[in-house]
Amino acid sequence: MQTHTFKPDMPPPNQSIGAVAWLRGNLFSGWFNSLLTLFALYLVWLIVPPLISWAFINADWVGTTRADCTSEGACWVFIQQRFGQFMYGFYPSELRWRVDLTVILAIVGAVPLFIDAMPRKARYGIGFLVVYPLLAYWLLHGGFLGLETVETSQWGGLTLTLVIAAVGIAGALPLGIMLALGRRSEMPAIRVLCVTFIEFWRGVPLITVLFMSSVMLPLFLPEGMNFDKLVRALIGVILFQSAYVAEVVRGGLQAIPKGQYEAASAMGLGYWRMMGLVILPQALKLVIPGIVNTFIALFKDTSLVIIIGLFDLLNSIKQATTDPAWLGMATEGYVFAALVFWIFCFGMSRYSMHLERKLDTGHKR
Amino acid sequence: MKMAKSALAVFTTAAVLGVSSFAQAGATLDAVQKKGFVQCGISDGLPGFSYADDKGNYMGLDVDVCRAVAAALFGDATKVKYSPLTAKERFTALQSGEVDVLSRNTTWTSSRDAGLGLNFAGVNYYDGQGFLVNKKLGVTTAKDLDGATVCIQAGTTTELNLSDYFRANNLKFTPITYDTSDESAKSLESGRCDVLTSDQSQLYAQRIKLGAPDEYVVLPEVISKEPLGPVVRQGDDEWFNIVRWSLFAMVNAEELGITSSNVEEKSKSTGNPDVARLLGSEGQYGNDLKLPPDWAVQIVKQVGNYGESFDRNVGAGSELKIERGLNALWNNGGLQYAPPVR
Amino acid sequence: MQNAANVPRRRGSVLTDPKLRALIFQLVAIAAVVGLGWFLFDNTQTNLEQRGINSGFAFLNNTAGFGIAQHLIDYTQTDSYGRVFFVGLLNTLLVSVIGIILATMIGFLLGVARLSPNWLVRQLATVYIETFRNIPPLLQILFWYFAVMLSLPGPRQSLGVLDSFYLNSRGLYMPSPGLSETFGLFFAALLLAIIASVLLGRWAKKRREATGQPFPLLISVIALLLVVPGLAVLIAGNPLVWTIPELKGFNFRGGWVLIPELMALTLALSIYTAAFIAEIVRAGIQSVNHGQTEAAHSLGLPAGKTLRLVIIPQALRVIIPPLTSQYLNLAKNSSLAAGIGYPDMVSLFAGTVLNQTGQAIEVIAITMSVYLAISISISMFMNWYNGRIALIER
Repeated sequence: MQTHTFKPDMPPPNQSIGAVAWLRGNLFSGWFNSLLTLFALYLVWLIVPPLISWAFINADWVGTTRADCTSEGACWVFIQQRFGQFMYGFYPSELRWRVDLTVILAIVGAVPLFIDAMPRKARYGIGFLVVYPLLAYWLLHGGFLGLETVETSQWGGLTLTLVIAAVGIAGALPLGIMLALGRRSEMPAIRVLCVTFIEFWRGVPLITVLFMSSVMLPLFLPEGMNFDKLVRALIGVILFQSAYVAEVVRGGLQAIPKGQYEAASAMGLGYWRMMGLVILPQALKLVIPGIVNTFIALFKDTSLVIIIGLFDLLNSIKQATTDPAWLGMATEGYVFAALVFWIFCFGMSRYSMHLERKLDTGHKR
Repeated sequence: MKMAKSALAVFTTAAVLGVSSFAQAGATLDAVQKKGFVQCGISDGLPGFSYADDKGNYMGLDVDVCRAVAAALFGDATKVKYSPLTAKERFTALQSGEVDVLSRNTTWTSSRDAGLGLNFAGVNYYDGQGFLVNKKLGVTTAKDLDGATVCIQAGTTTELNLSDYFRANNLKFTPITYDTSDESAKSLESGRCDVLTSDQSQLYAQRIKLGAPDEYVVLPEVISKEPLGPVVRQGDDEWFNIVRWSLFAMVNAEELGITSSNVEEKSKSTGNPDVARLLGSEGQYGNDLKLPPDWAVQIVKQVGNYGESFDRNVGAGSELKIERGLNALWNNGGLQYAPPVR
Repeated sequence: MQNAANVPRRRGSVLTDPKLRALIFQLVAIAAVVGLGWFLFDNTQTNLEQRGINSGFAFLNNTAGFGIAQHLIDYTQTDSYGRVFFVGLLNTLLVSVIGIILATMIGFLLGVARLSPNWLVRQLATVYIETFRNIPPLLQILFWYFAVMLSLPGPRQSLGVLDSFYLNSRGLYMPSPGLSETFGLFFAALLLAIIASVLLGRWAKKRREATGQPFPLLISVIALLLVVPGLAVLIAGNPLVWTIPELKGFNFRGGWVLIPELMALTLALSIYTAAFIAEIVRAGIQSVNHGQTEAAHSLGLPAGKTLRLVIIPQALRVIIPPLTSQYLNLAKNSSLAAGIGYPDMVSLFAGTVLNQTGQAIEVIAITMSVYLAISISISMFMNWYNGRIALIER
């Protein structure tokens, strides 16, 4: 009997695999597409080579003064020389280890929270979030338990940016959650109050809020009550941000099916227990990516404290560019500031996307 | 909920942070004595008047007024905390009690004295508004400036003087208004504006900040009177007197030939009665001001007399090299004149 | 186990009656808010009196006495603070409107580019979005102003095009049109063409409904609008007189000028906002089920019409609400003008005027209410529009 043997498969035609096919499919699939590709290539050619030559090839990396910058490209010596000021502001240089330690503690302390297998994660988290702020305050500000006081007016640079962002979000979260609950409350007066509050803060620019907190707040308070400038700015940031957090949380609350509320009521839970044990844990989990996005917005907004004369990262850099010894370094300064902000914001947005995928509990069709 | 609790903790911290800097603003003197330092509003960076080195130490002619007040009160010129303020913020910061004294090249005008609820304690620098231009423009007098673009700092009297001057001389101009003097200097340098206008002292200060100071020239015209001095809130006369007489003590010391190097010695001898009264070895003039008897000694010892302060910060001993001019003592052809201590 | 007998007694208790409790809770909340308001108001009142600070809105009638770089309405230094307010308001609105238009155009283009079949275009769009949306807008404004605009050459070395457009560190100068005698004829011709287009449009629609025949309406209308006024120009001559900017003294005189502060601000804001709009557009287009495209194709619609008649109308429903909040953000971010000296509402009114008058509370209150009014009107307009295009379930 004759057995039928299959011929081995022919390789796919040259046209549909490999680099050529990829190019055809993705770049030159029609005359319009080819034109677009050429245009895009032209754009890349226009932007990338000069940028690389400015930032790397023709740049100066070593030296101590402006005179060391001899080539046409960027003068990174400036950034290198002023790096300490950009990171710590006017924080006394012999005490800068305290800032470093604060940051290291934050990283070390937070690591277990990101390990999935960690037991009793929630309890640890709460403990960390209660202890850490006190520790950070003690380390940064000092004034008791043997540490020398460092006035907030000496804080600056990236340190101040991080402090404003961290305190801002930590303060805005609880307030925002309360506001979101209030907005969905069944009591009309509470609802009206919360809606007014939220819409007010969302309607005005942060600049005017900061300006108000910086120069007008003392006029509103009784005589003798006077807060630190940084604290006043923080209050402004917290109030402003809480309105945005409230809207994000409201989205989460609305996404919880009515059955959950009814089930919780049927179990005999009161309002606070229903919210605390059933609704909020689910709602907050849903909106974590949204909260991270709000935090990114807040992080970018911290740069506005320049308007009220606090020396955050951007203001420290701006200040340094006016130093007669380093004139004409504005571009390098701004590029460095942009890079730092970008790294933080991009990192957080990637994390938020990752969370979104991880927390997606399979409602996808 | 864990987020909420953590935030609560931060809130408490923030409150502690706030409480630690609580201050009584009622009677300024009491409050200042209780907290142990003078909160002083200064400029956000003006070489010669108030500026910080890269370690954050403040110095300058305006800063010296604050230091003098602290020296008189506490016998320690370092007991000052500085709040750098923009031109925009300064009055509200003083009115609201955020600062105890504002020493920030502020022009004394009637509306500020009366309408803003402020009191000017004296004049530590007699100034006038001038123009800084690039030599390349070939302008020699302000009358040539028709159609020019002018950079100014927002919220200053210069903004108003400029308009008045151009209107009076029938000239046209375009103002570009910035928040800080650094921005206007940068703008002048880039050619965004033809002229930078400000108090002359500031023009000299800004000129040295430019990349090529020699390419710029200050025009001869002075278009306004700008008496600059420290400011306090109205209705607090004790405090007002202390600031005013701290300034006068510096001027009197110069007139009497007392300097930081010979003050110790002069305070012991009782030769000249004027010197003795000022330095507290005769009479109880410090007491009337609610100050310790050696108040003026401390000022001169730690800050110097007016002439020393001027030289060190803006005069011959500094990069600015501004002539004494109007700011010389009255018996030297200038306007600096202080009432006697007696 | 609860004792059943307890239930009626507990229900009668004041503290456990939910309605009563809610009422008490609300009263307490209102009292607290009113109390806080009164506390602040009273303090402010006392503080103002004690410190001898002027109050009230009378200052709005006082003479301002300073010049302003850009004013859309007539303004001289003898005008009042009230007029300064309107100058600032119009400048803010100008930035917002130009910014919104530019941002929308760039954003839509990028959003579509993100979905392009072309790999390179897709990547470029992604790089743009990820770069610009992660850098603070203030930093971008400062960069455009101090690093780009101010490093342009001075007026005497301007970059000129056609001897009528000039770009230098003072701004972009361009010819400005004025009316000549023949403008009347031109205007009449234009009006005629518009009326004819409208009539044509009606007729074409009727014909399509009656016979199903499409009519090349767009091309006809464009032709109509070009040919009729064009003929008028040919017959009667140029209807507009152009004033060309010339270098005189320090500056260019004549023509229109876009000041660099305005350019830097609108560029930075629209580039920043466009990155967000692009993501919104992409998400909107992706939210339309692929079945819709297939259905449209199987009905025989070409790609362009599929996009225009099927995809975009559906995508818009998803796009509009987040787009609104981006527009609001742009309007609020225009207040960052204070960083570069553009005379907007905040830097002019809440800056210069506040300082000259010292009446912080009144000035900030006015400024904040203006922004509130702007946000409320944008969101009301967008809500109306959203309601109009919302899916009507039949």
